[in-house]
Amino acid sequence: MKITNQIKLSIISLPENLPLARVTVAAFAAQLDFTLDEIEDIRVAVSEAVSNSLIHGYENDPNRIVNIVCTIYGDVLEITIEDEGKGIVDIFKAMQPAYSTDPERMGLGFTFMQSFMDKVEVQSAVDEGTKVTMRKEPQKAVTALAEEN
Amino acid sequence: MKLDFTVDKKTLIVRVSGELDLLVADEFRQEVDALMEKNCTDNIVLNLGGVRFIDSSGLGGILGRYKKVTMRGGKLAIVTAPVQVKRILEMSGILSIAGLYESENEALQAM
Repeated sequence: MKITNQIKLSIISLPENLPLARVTVAAFAAQLDFTLDEIEDIRVAVSEAVSNSLIHGYENDPNRIVNIVCTIYGDVLEITIEDEGKGIVDIFKAMQPAYSTDPERMGLGFTFMQSFMDKVEVQSAVDEGTKVTMRKEPQKAVTALAEEN
Repeated sequence: MKLDFTVDKKTLIVRVSGELDLLVADEFRQEVDALMEKNCTDNIVLNLGGVRFIDSSGLGGILGRYKKVTMRGGKLAIVTAPVQVKRILEMSGILSIAGLYESENEALQAM
């Protein structure tokens, strides 16, 4: 599909860059007809994916890079968040609700991504990295299309 | 993130404002735990009225405090959260273990 618009953001793997990543993606997403609730959903999903890269992919090493690419195809927003970290051994297990490797964490990262976005795909290879691709379309656009048909 | 607190008998009232994410989760945990120790409190009333953003890292910080107070026989109650934050709290299931109250007074009465 033809790309309408695209941004790329590379951040050093510091938690200090999380608010920036959320704000940037949310500002870009606002080019589509998302409601405030939908924008909030996107902010949470981005926060979860980037946090996963920092905590799990890079195990809190602050000298690595997370690449974030946001693309608009027609009415669809696609966000990819990619690291070159340690990868996920068992993607199916990692995506289960309440699966966590740490008692201070809820294990809801992937659950939130899946709940708040229309589609979430995870590609990962051990010691090579993880790429999360998420898509979301404004509900208004979906409703309008259904009414036309 | 900013934390304000007061103590009411055995209860620590913590008012959180700003964003609760990975960046501040450790600071939240350390500050609240230190305040609990210093003031010898058993319960926590967590006022989230000023929280503009929360994700699973922020929720993890709340869950960790819940586990800590309940292990010591205390309670944790959550007070007023903006709609967006409340939605995330509901989805996480944390409201089914910690009560949600409209005001600090109401939460204090339930302690």
